[in-house]
Amino acid sequence: MSALDVESVRKDFPILDRQVNGKPLVYLDSGNTSQKPRQVIDAVREHYELHNANVARSVHTLGTESTEAFEGAREKIAAFVGAPSAAEIVFTKNSTEAINLVAHSFAGTADDPRFRLGPGDEIVITEMEHHSNIVPWQLLAQRTGATLRWLGITDEGRLDLSRIDELINERTKLVSVVHYSNILGTINPVDVIVAKAHAAGALVLLDGSQSVPHLPVDVAALGADFVAFTGHKMVGPTGIGALWGRFEVLDAMPPFLGGGSMIETVAMTGSTFMPPPARFEAGTPPIAEAVGLGAAVDYLTAVGMPAIAAYEKSITAYALDALASVPDVRIIGPKDNVDRGATISFTVDGVHPHDVGQILDDEGVQVRVGHHCARPTCVRFGVPATTRASFYLYTTTEEIDALIRGVERVRKVFA
Amino acid sequence: MQLDDLYQEIILDHYKRPKGRGLREPFDAEAHHVNPTCGDEVTLRVLLKGDKVEDISYQGMGCSISQASASVLYELLMGATIEDTLRRHEAFAALMGGRGQVEPDEALLEDAVAFAGVAKYPARVKCALLPWMAYKDAVSRAGFVEEKA
Repeated sequence: MSALDVESVRKDFPILDRQVNGKPLVYLDSGNTSQKPRQVIDAVREHYELHNANVARSVHTLGTESTEAFEGAREKIAAFVGAPSAAEIVFTKNSTEAINLVAHSFAGTADDPRFRLGPGDEIVITEMEHHSNIVPWQLLAQRTGATLRWLGITDEGRLDLSRIDELINERTKLVSVVHYSNILGTINPVDVIVAKAHAAGALVLLDGSQSVPHLPVDVAALGADFVAFTGHKMVGPTGIGALWGRFEVLDAMPPFLGGGSMIETVAMTGSTFMPPPARFEAGTPPIAEAVGLGAAVDYLTAVGMPAIAAYEKSITAYALDALASVPDVRIIGPKDNVDRGATISFTVDGVHPHDVGQILDDEGVQVRVGHHCARPTCVRFGVPATTRASFYLYTTTEEIDALIRGVERVRKVFA
Repeated sequence: MQLDDLYQEIILDHYKRPKGRGLREPFDAEAHHVNPTCGDEVTLRVLLKGDKVEDISYQGMGCSISQASASVLYELLMGATIEDTLRRHEAFAALMGGRGQVEPDEALLEDAVAFAGVAKYPARVKCALLPWMAYKDAVSRAGFVEEKA
């Protein structure tokens, strides 16, 4: 594994040259959305300039090129996450849509008993989830009469597994857990959870929105049934994400959105459906976006996911140390650099995160402030909101120094 | 500098030492307003007597702009006639919606002119308006009907 050369990586991201409020841009909001390298921007532009046509329905040359590019992207993404076959990658708009797709497969009347859900059945999530991995299950529980249960969080910001044997039981039909927390940065022991869930006969979905962009992820090794992830957080375009599912499980899943491309044959009296992944991709998909995501995984693979993960670990150590040295700063989430990613939430005593974010913005430092779509986690830690700095392969220690200087200015303004 | 326009001393003072804060009895009506994008909250009560505002009490959590705005509102509207408070409400809302192009009426708005700089930060306008919207809501819940000229 060759080490990551951050200066050479940064040259690939045109936006990093710009200024914000008269200061060099310090982009520390990659957990929200990542910046895009020229290679991805070029791939999208080239697709529109040279190959644009609809996919899977044209006999003409452009249609063939577009289809090859689209399906080629699917193969690249499958290889990137270690999926045994490209047919296990369903393109979606984002992780949220991927999770909702799975949630809508469960119903009281489902043919396959694994997807049959009703009163007495249970769905298990955690208190650490993004709203996108809470609300679809609340809605599903309302539709079916099933019960939603959840694992809690320890004071250190880890999943509380002490009640796992009680929570995951013979009534559990699905366990849906975040792999890498978008607010705390915690990397969860999904192997333990997958084993418990499968022993109980439940399906397992992992929210990989933050893990797939930052860690080498091998879906086959993780052993879950589904992994949801999104392109825009992994240097790809917005509007494209994916659901990986074990083929046998996808094949048992009923369609969710109906329309073109997902059917075998349509009659006025009824229709039959394509096998996965087409069954779940009704309508014209985000074609150029998929091509862009293909270029994104090529880019990440060329830099090397192990190198990216190692680099992020080193700058996270640097940032944890630097933040610990600032008075009034409290880190929300794991303070030790073990099983945690490059996302750090913190509070500044006496100052609301929106004011922290505003002053940091004046310094050119872009962070996210608020509840990060994980309000239950904020409630767990007794804070209305946090300031979150999230790093990526292009983040430098100088940028973390700028963050610290900005936080010092916040303390001065509100002293 | 731009940031100083936003964080005027008056605003920071009201944030650190809010006037009239806390919920009091008796009251005629209460309104609870939330800014769902950032989670800022304010609960505001009014007590009306004849055509006058006898008491305004409030509790909230949120950023310096929303909390200071509640404190300024309290100082500015306490004891005034209801008609007068609604005129000030209108002037404040116009200032906030003016994208920094509206010249504030200092005689009418007093300390609230300090929020003129907030109008240049569209993301923060809702913070400044939050207690004012709650105030108008509370007055209308208290049964006050504005007479249209």
